Amino acid sequence: MQTTFQIWRTKVDGKPEGEFREYNTDITEGMVVLDAVHQIQSESANDLAVRWNCKAGKCGSCSAEINGKPRLMCMTRMADMPAGQAITIQPMRAFPVIRDLVTDVSVNYRTKLKIKKFKPRKPDAPDGTWRMAQGDIDRVQEFRKCIECFLCQDVCHVLREHSLHEKFMGPRHLVYTAALEMHPLDVEDRRGDMKTDGGIGYCNITKCCTTVCPEKITITDNAIIPLKERVADKFYDPIARLFGLFRKS
Amino acid sequence: MEKYESYQHDVLVIGSGGAGLRAAIEASSAGVKVAVVCRSLLGKAHTVMAEGGVAAALANVDDRDGWKVHFADTMRGGQYLNNPRMAELHAKESPDRVKELEAWGAVFDRTEDGRILQRNFGGHKYPRLAHVGDRTGLEMIRTLQDHGIHQGMDIYQEYTIISLLKDGEKIVGAFGYDREKGLFKVFQAKAVIIATGGMGRIYKISSNSWDCTGGGISLAYHAGAELIDMEFVQFHPTGMVWPPSVRGLLITEGVRGEGGVLRNNKGRRFMFDDIPDNYKGQTSMDEEEGWRYTQGDKSAKRPPELLTRDHVARCIRREIKEGRGSPHGGVFLDIAWIKEKISNAPDHIKRKLPSMYHQFKELAGVDITKEPMEVGPTTHYIMGGIRVDADTQMTTVPGLFAAGECAAGLHGANRLGGNSLSDLLVFGKRAGEFAAKYVKQNPAGTISTSAIEQIAAEALAPFERDANKTGENPFMIQSDLQEMMQELVGIVRIEKELTEAAEKLQALKKRAANAGCGGNRGYNPGWHTAMELTHMLTVAEAITIAAKERKESRGGHFRDDFPEKSDEFSKINISIRKGAGGNMDVSRADKPKMTEELQKIIEENK
Repeated sequence: MQTTFQIWRTKVDGKPEGEFREYNTDITEGMVVLDAVHQIQSESANDLAVRWNCKAGKCGSCSAEINGKPRLMCMTRMADMPAGQAITIQPMRAFPVIRDLVTDVSVNYRTKLKIKKFKPRKPDAPDGTWRMAQGDIDRVQEFRKCIECFLCQDVCHVLREHSLHEKFMGPRHLVYTAALEMHPLDVEDRRGDMKTDGGIGYCNITKCCTTVCPEKITITDNAIIPLKERVADKFYDPIARLFGLFRKS
Repeated sequence: MEKYESYQHDVLVIGSGGAGLRAAIEASSAGVKVAVVCRSLLGKAHTVMAEGGVAAALANVDDRDGWKVHFADTMRGGQYLNNPRMAELHAKESPDRVKELEAWGAVFDRTEDGRILQRNFGGHKYPRLAHVGDRTGLEMIRTLQDHGIHQGMDIYQEYTIISLLKDGEKIVGAFGYDREKGLFKVFQAKAVIIATGGMGRIYKISSNSWDCTGGGISLAYHAGAELIDMEFVQFHPTGMVWPPSVRGLLITEGVRGEGGVLRNNKGRRFMFDDIPDNYKGQTSMDEEEGWRYTQGDKSAKRPPELLTRDHVARCIRREIKEGRGSPHGGVFLDIAWIKEKISNAPDHIKRKLPSMYHQFKELAGVDITKEPMEVGPTTHYIMGGIRVDADTQMTTVPGLFAAGECAAGLHGANRLGGNSLSDLLVFGKRAGEFAAKYVKQNPAGTISTSAIEQIAAEALAPFERDANKTGENPFMIQSDLQEMMQELVGIVRIEKELTEAAEKLQALKKRAANAGCGGNRGYNPGWHTAMELTHMLTVAEAITIAAKERKESRGGHFRDDFPEKSDEFSKINISIRKGAGGNMDVSRADKPKMTEELQKIIEENK
């Protein structure tokens, strides 16, 4: 079935200016949006820039905004799109555009580098291994499902509307921090960093990140809120502060 | 050369999947300056798609396991064409490599007593695969990435290498470009490690990601390195077959490891119908016993669904060809049936195989806890590749190393599931270690400016051809190559078709030399594809020529005109090199000798 697409094309590389251009292509059973983009690329727009790798929802490369919603192009079925309407595809808005549908997500890699890395306790057994119960790692494993598609960063209003990438680490890196902080073997303390560099206070729990996560990680409830509590316990607990005063004197 | 931005490093790692990152971590920790060139973003390499697990004889679940059994399993699976020294090192060192990942933050599934859990997989005698549900590759790459970024290496994201650079015989660096702006870059290095993975995308039906075009194998070949075993391509038995747009997408062997069974359209478990002689002693003939094996009964033998991938893939093909296939040209893989055996089956399946559940639900509208999946063979892995020294991973070119899927030797004629993730850890580490050692003993060479100018001119030619209106659409050439390889050099091969394929490749090469692209150099997929065609065609030609040369059937290589194994070919590896005139030379090389000690281990484990 012939379907119309409105795809964002930049005019000059690295500049935000661009326009929606119309493409028509034949959609067959089972196609996803990325298939349609590839078909358009090979038929009529060889230089249409799109970032993708696995086409299986596992690498998190093909993030874009489809009909205004942040999604993975490879996991969005054409059959689920409204029939008879043009489908719009545009790059993630929270990041500077490189070209067409490709954005510069390098800020995420810089942010991650600032987070203190995993630091395990001494091994539990003489052969250098540890013991952990499955029940104690279930939540960490949930966080480690993250494919770094950065759709949560894209939809977070602190980053999207206010561009506070340098002041607020954003949901992806709070999930990353939570995976480290709740790792049964980890002995590092990242609460101070989360409060200052990480800007965890900027998050006001609108849960948009959780809504768009293709891995269905319960970002807000399971990662961010517990981290906020840990930060609050350390810095704002009145009883602990009182004890702190006594200790100092 | 001054006109291109230039970077100096001791060791240049091309590729940022598991092998590349593990190599870079090792080289960095040896105190040399390391660059990692990623063709995509960091952490997106094809390793993320590995599902079932990493094979290591930790003996956490079955204490009868040990390196000797793992070694013997690997050799049997590879039909004894493997490099025995590599199989030995791999079996001995993989447990430490896996434990090391845990020390770097990986969170594997646990046993009751809190150790790393291991699962059953095809061709492994005991439960041996450490895993994280069915997303083990993601866990591994993320662990290596998050550890690696703190090791002081320089990481170049979305850079592509288009040629290696040599000074006389030895390697001196590489030439490439950044995708964002399309500007050429010179990487000077005393040693280069190729870790670019596989080549699945030269076939139409493939489980491989965008990156897997065989680039590194081709770079090494054109730099004079020897390739071996290129005829051995693994077709994974269970890829998705419907809908068409996801055809080839992988379904983990873990489904069968957890008790999933294969049936034809008559409802028959056809894997019982053909069990190879060398596996008869280890395979159950009884459905009930097979189920008990998957549930950890140590006295039970494994079900035939867990025979090696080459064999299972051919049995599936036979069922389809003889009219017993599923509606969309596959067979049925059923995990839902286990509800007859355990009470909470749907939850159990979702917990053990979360991505499989998700993948079928989202992409095919199938609930695998209720209905069977339709599956068929998909191009998955190349056992062959760049010939390396077993201990150091150095290729036949001084200063050039290779590790992971692009290197050859460990897997012989067929790879066991789970042995690729352990391969890239064990030999990635070794490549990094010995490349660092090599650069400490060898001075840097000189890069030739004229060589670079020639590569740059060739790389830019597609734009000129487009401007002159003489260029051909590179995507069309790529797609014709994929169709041709699928058709003529696929799971079952025959002399006549291989000859036809070799001829068609010559025609495709001519077309590729005329590929054109429009637009400018910034993030231009048309240009990228035009340049990549050379690599894809080189690898396709090597596979075709090697497949023609091996006139027998063994492991991943099946010849309809020579359906049996031959003694003559059991002793040799097929070797490919670039000839003096630029043509591809094929020859037969004696396979590496096995020590008496290793031979004894094989006998003991028969």
